[in-house]
Amino acid sequence: MSLVEETNAELGAPDVLVTPTPLGVGVPSGPPARSRSRGRLIWRRLTQTSRFWVGAIAIGLILIWALLGPLFYPFDALTRDPLNMGLGPTQLHWFGTNSIGQDLYAQTLVGLQKSLVIGLIAGPLGTLIAAVVGSVAGYMGGVVDRVLVWCINLLLVLPSFILLVILSPLFKGLSWVFLTIFIAGFSWMIMAQVVRSQTKSLRDRDFVKAARYMGVPMRKILGRHIIPNVASLLIIDATLGVVAAILAETSLSYFGFGIRAPDVSLGTLLAEGTSAAVTRPWLFVFPAGVLIVTLFAVSLIGDALRDAVDPTSGVNRD
Amino acid sequence: MVFYIFRRFVNYFFLSLIATCLAYVVSSLALDPAAKYYGRNPQPTQQTIDNILNGLGVNPDVPVLQRLWDWLVNIVVHGSLGNGVNGVSIGDQIISRAGVSLRLLLIGSLIGAIVGVTLGVWGAVRQYKLSDQAVTYGSYLIFATPTFVIGVLLMIGATALNGAAGMQLITFTGEYSAGLTGSWWDLALDRGIHLLLPTIALVLIGAAGYSRYQRSVMLDVLSADFIRTARAKGRSRNSALVRHGVRVALIPMSTFFAYSFGTLISGSIMLEIVFSFHGMGEFALNAISQSDINAVAGTTLFVAILILFSSTLSEVLYAALDPRVRN
Repeated sequence: MSLVEETNAELGAPDVLVTPTPLGVGVPSGPPARSRSRGRLIWRRLTQTSRFWVGAIAIGLILIWALLGPLFYPFDALTRDPLNMGLGPTQLHWFGTNSIGQDLYAQTLVGLQKSLVIGLIAGPLGTLIAAVVGSVAGYMGGVVDRVLVWCINLLLVLPSFILLVILSPLFKGLSWVFLTIFIAGFSWMIMAQVVRSQTKSLRDRDFVKAARYMGVPMRKILGRHIIPNVASLLIIDATLGVVAAILAETSLSYFGFGIRAPDVSLGTLLAEGTSAAVTRPWLFVFPAGVLIVTLFAVSLIGDALRDAVDPTSGVNRD
Repeated sequence: MVFYIFRRFVNYFFLSLIATCLAYVVSSLALDPAAKYYGRNPQPTQQTIDNILNGLGVNPDVPVLQRLWDWLVNIVVHGSLGNGVNGVSIGDQIISRAGVSLRLLLIGSLIGAIVGVTLGVWGAVRQYKLSDQAVTYGSYLIFATPTFVIGVLLMIGATALNGAAGMQLITFTGEYSAGLTGSWWDLALDRGIHLLLPTIALVLIGAAGYSRYQRSVMLDVLSADFIRTARAKGRSRNSALVRHGVRVALIPMSTFFAYSFGTLISGSIMLEIVFSFHGMGEFALNAISQSDINAVAGTTLFVAILILFSSTLSEVLYAALDPRVRN
């Protein structure tokens, strides 16, 4: 056999290849093998990886810290300490103070809370949109499919960060909830493509056909048969979506398009810290460090999940 | 093959065109260019404000589709993108800034792609070895770090380095040293040094994404039968990996390049702002803060053209690597 034919057989139609996801999620190639113990199997594989535990424990501690930390600390985010202005980390002010004497540790905790809330809402919300759009497009096919795919491609033309910047005047005066919704509204496209291609292969399988011929309405088929079969992919996407949403929020806020005063997020803190990043590095390094550790922990969980769901991806069988 | 690429180009062309039109409509609805004139003291007469807005083609009383049509006709007939709120032609401003942005973006993404693909292949071949683990966790760390944080951390590092060396080894604010005179070579060197840190940041971002994707594709290829066949017929391991492995693994990568180019564009724009380059990033920032609809539209057109070219280029790459699409 020539190389050409071999690659043909190996890689399948080019259409199948066009499903790159942010971290190169390995999409299970065959039809997902469902059995009663599949969930338990994934869970067992997951709990055997050390990455998962490192990430899960770290993110658990960070969540507890963000929630309870302010209770065990004498300063709040806004009170000024005129005796200790622009100081580095001390026993009194753990992360130091800014130029007007506000405590950075307290500010970081408040910012962390806001960033976490935005990420934890926007990430899964984006996945929800992807699941709905992707499964409807893949299941219905025909005109609906073409229109939805066309919309997805259209939204993918311009980088979502630039679209969010253009839209930022719209949510300027509104609360952070709208920012969250906008971030979710521009982060579902690639996952929707993945769900769509999986749905297309699922809809011709016998159990879906049987349900269709029995007259089960589409909404129920999608909810009972299609979505559960792509659930593992959706869980991974929601996890990594949290990272993407927090990155989007901090970047937008940093450049003045996201969270605005009086609200505080890690992005606005970093924006304030940048001008002094060289002379008073703690104003930048502490919020940045907290942000990086948080996102790193979540990505570790996402990566461990992916390996647990699809152990064949990345196994060298040679 | 030419027909195939042409067809894809037309497809991308219409997508970019429609995306730009949508961005024009959205920015027209989101921005209020009249507000700043009402806020002036003494307030100009309504007639004056209308004249200014009509002159720019951004009067909110004119239906937005009418303005979009005028904007498009103006581009096609006069090759003009209209004027900004400061009265200067948007086209001229973009041309004077585009070079700065393109230099950073093209050098950064090219080196990033090469480094990323190399690291990905290397990681796949040496799976689970220490070097593979280091690259893997390194790229997760970069994924977990916002672009601007990478930029600022590099600045802090460079300052520490300069302090340790006792001299200005790396200069990083702005695109060149103001007032520097000297030979052509001195000026080029100065610009090169200024470009160093933002390029490193962009390479890190690009390489992190590409290496992950290349590694996972390469691992799939490595376990394929045709690699075993190539080995069985007597090819050496390296030759089988490069001639049969890397080439096949690059086919899906070429699609991934097009997808990820948008991320690199936004990353490059953020880095420009962080490093105070007078590029398209600063232009877009000013445009939004001054409610300059024509400038925002010009920026999106610029980005859309970049995406159009990168998508077409990735199709060319795809066709060059994959014999199936050629006929």
